[in-house]
Amino acid sequence: MTGTHLGMPAFPEAAREAVGNSTLRANLRHATRTIREKRALAVTELDDWAALREAGKQIKDHTLRHLDTYLLQLEEAVTAAGGTVHWAQDAAEANRIVTDLVRATGETEVVKVKSMATQEIGLNEHLAAEGITAYETDLAELIVQLADDRPSHILVPAIHRNRGEIRDIFRERMGDWGRPAPEGLSDIPAELAEAARLHLREKFLRAKVGVSGANFMVAETGTLVVVESEGNGRMCLTLPETLISVVGIEKVVPTWQDLEVFLQTLPRSSTAERMNPYTSMWTGTTDGDGPRDFHLVLLDNGRTAVLADEVGRQALRCIRCSACLNVCPVYERAGGHAYGSVYPGPIGAILTPQLRGTASEVDASLPYASTLCGACYDVCPVAIDIPEVLVHLREQVADQGGHRVEKAVLGAAAWAFDHPAVLATAQRAASLTRALHPSRLPGPGRAWTDSRDLPQLPDKPFRDWWKRHHEGKEDAQ
Amino acid sequence: MRVALFLTCVNDTLYPDTGRAVVRLLSRLGVDVDFPMGQTCCGQPHYNTGHRRQAEPLARRFADVFAGYDAVVTPSGSCGAMVRELYPRMGRRAEEEGRGSSLALAVAEVVPRTYELTEFLVDVLGVTDVGAFYPHRVTYHPTCHGLRALGLGERPRRLLRAVRGLELVELPGAEECCGFGGTFAVRNPDVSAAMGRDKVDAAVSTGAAVLCAADNSCLMHLGGLIRRSGADVRPLHIAEILASTEGDPLT
Amino acid sequence: MSSRRQMLDRIRRALDGGAGPGGASPAAAVSRAYAHEHGDRTPAETTDLLVETLEQYKAAVHRAAPGKVPHVVARLVAEAGSGRVVVPTGLPEHVLGLVGCEVEHERPGLTAGDLDTCGSVITSCALAIAETGTIVLDAGPGQGSRKLTLVPDHHICIVRAEQIVGSVPQALARLSPARPLTWISGPSASSDIELNRVEGVHGPRRLDVVVVDRG
Repeated sequence: MTGTHLGMPAFPEAAREAVGNSTLRANLRHATRTIREKRALAVTELDDWAALREAGKQIKDHTLRHLDTYLLQLEEAVTAAGGTVHWAQDAAEANRIVTDLVRATGETEVVKVKSMATQEIGLNEHLAAEGITAYETDLAELIVQLADDRPSHILVPAIHRNRGEIRDIFRERMGDWGRPAPEGLSDIPAELAEAARLHLREKFLRAKVGVSGANFMVAETGTLVVVESEGNGRMCLTLPETLISVVGIEKVVPTWQDLEVFLQTLPRSSTAERMNPYTSMWTGTTDGDGPRDFHLVLLDNGRTAVLADEVGRQALRCIRCSACLNVCPVYERAGGHAYGSVYPGPIGAILTPQLRGTASEVDASLPYASTLCGACYDVCPVAIDIPEVLVHLREQVADQGGHRVEKAVLGAAAWAFDHPAVLATAQRAASLTRALHPSRLPGPGRAWTDSRDLPQLPDKPFRDWWKRHHEGKEDAQ
Repeated sequence: MRVALFLTCVNDTLYPDTGRAVVRLLSRLGVDVDFPMGQTCCGQPHYNTGHRRQAEPLARRFADVFAGYDAVVTPSGSCGAMVRELYPRMGRRAEEEGRGSSLALAVAEVVPRTYELTEFLVDVLGVTDVGAFYPHRVTYHPTCHGLRALGLGERPRRLLRAVRGLELVELPGAEECCGFGGTFAVRNPDVSAAMGRDKVDAAVSTGAAVLCAADNSCLMHLGGLIRRSGADVRPLHIAEILASTEGDPLT
Repeated sequence: MSSRRQMLDRIRRALDGGAGPGGASPAAAVSRAYAHEHGDRTPAETTDLLVETLEQYKAAVHRAAPGKVPHVVARLVAEAGSGRVVVPTGLPEHVLGLVGCEVEHERPGLTAGDLDTCGSVITSCALAIAETGTIVLDAGPGQGSRKLTLVPDHHICIVRAEQIVGSVPQALARLSPARPLTWISGPSASSDIELNRVEGVHGPRRLDVVVVDRG
């Protein structure tokens, strides 16, 4: 991934700030709770949800096991349909390919459909440095771009903003990027949507180059699929003369039929709708309809390294629905920015450290940004066992020497736990000295006692009571 | 039936009352309970912080100590889930790493006989009315590992509803994590405490006198917040409510 | 070595020889135990369900006997106040017989800018999906190019009852991936402000679906 987030504070520090921001807390609480209940209803409506979830998991696992085969099949089908396929090993190569393709058209601006892959590689920043302006056209991405902000949610990157903040951003910044906000713009969502419609329409009508990602690529047919709500996707995919799609290699599915699973599970999981308002499917180019030139950039950027990890590779099943973010109590309180990545929340906590490694402080802290409560696994439409991968990544952080004090303490504890007599002695010592225990601890213990009292120690551990009341019974020591 | 109590290290050290309550409750129901003194910790703190190899000797110890019993009962959804869900996974990982199948075989024998307390009562003993008496308004927090890993479902609530005098009130947002999460509580203290405070507020909003759960580690976190804030609700393990009778009430 | 070669090599190394060009058969690897359709419905019930699901996502639905379609279409154009409508080739002419304003037919060279000044667009569709309230356009006769149904602010879509399928799997089985497809479920909408759905962003803000009963 790019260096955009390097130098970020570790998760706990960033989260502390978010927890203290009452506007942010209220915005996130409101938004995530609204969608949580709706999602549950949308899912309950399908009595075969468990079978769909299992099929989705199996399709993705099967694809990953044969990823080389399906990518080659995809390449052949896209090429046969009039498209051009490019392969990009990392962010720099993908950015270079896209820049060269835009240059070749002679254009200096592009319109963009919301895409996680292009955010991951920092495409907009790269294009800007090359003198090409990228206009984000998704409403939330527009808000983020106008505010010079960072996305905080996979589906709704401006989830941390409420309607009043969005109105202020539109009023203050739209004029700098094009058509200004209408006079007297209010904070009514429909009016805000109208302002975005007017602001972006002129850009759609003159755009010659569109840039997108894709939700799915079908290997057997060469078809790409973009699932969206607003129609900005349709605008970018059909009005320009040139379309460039940057897509992670894990987005391929083998067959056309496989879409029947994901087109049922994705909308219900992400926006809690039976079906999202618009889905576009295209195969190469079509005479007289849509772009004349279509380029597909297949992106690795760390994905093959994730694939090599037998436990961690399940993260590549992700279809970017955001259900795990919306249900996560940690995300709700820490906010998306604390994760220091374009992929926040539970899925981000397992995807980012795998794509970027765990060398930086923020990346090493991500596997620990979870209580392992399991709510994310329950809602995941492709059954990614996020807690399992989190613990697996904690092993990697621990193995690379992280958290030395914790390791020493746990090592000593493991030894004591394997010697019950030692444990009993320690328990008794703690109980005997309980009158001396301070209510607030110094050093690392403060993390507990800053907000919580310590439990009161009993006068003796249970095992002493048991021994006294069950004399004559065997003592396993 | 020979039943072993796996009390857990947290309960042994900090919550002996819960252990005594389990013994009283099971004895009252005619179960012959033993407490093998060789028991210590299930290894969950090690496993969950990424020190899986350190947890392996503890899993082997567990299998040794609890061999030969008809059932192993634990008043902790979290430690119960460690044994039932994660011991087999540890065994598989060891095999995948080419370290043989001895761990997998060792735990395979004890895993299917290990039960969380409410599961043991409802599924094995087949009782929901355990003859308890506890005349208070109580709200129940289903802790995450009991809820999602073990699938305890309605069992704890069914047991509580059968307690004479007890008024069970629904906890708003019951299925949301309390924010404890083992070392999460100290690694991410701000988020942890924010989650816990919301849970305590939800409990207080019900007007319940008691916030009940089947896991003392979560209750230790919530209890610490309650004591610090002076909130008017008492954290209490479900075993202590179920052990309470008219003749021998919990004070 | 090319990036393509390197990526393929890395994938093969990651899979540790466990996969490879042979043996890729999704049919064997995937258990499709899910429903082909949710519930058992008569064709009439399927039509009723489509009406219900379309309306839930704020499309306006108008049921019409085959002979009444021109009346309904004319009324909808008038209600929208459109001064000019655009139609694709292949749409039956009689449908437009009663439309009171200028009718422009799609032609090569028609730009998005031209379409931006059209009030309404009238099309047929490839099929509709009852369970999800979706109409699918595949650029076939009477449907036009994709931009035709995108730029104007008002879309009138005519669905014949026999074009309605029950479920997403049934729809995919009937559609051709070789054609550009647009799946439409209600008018343009966004959930980007506080995760609450608001209708009306970039696509047509008004979607009228005329469901034509079996003749």
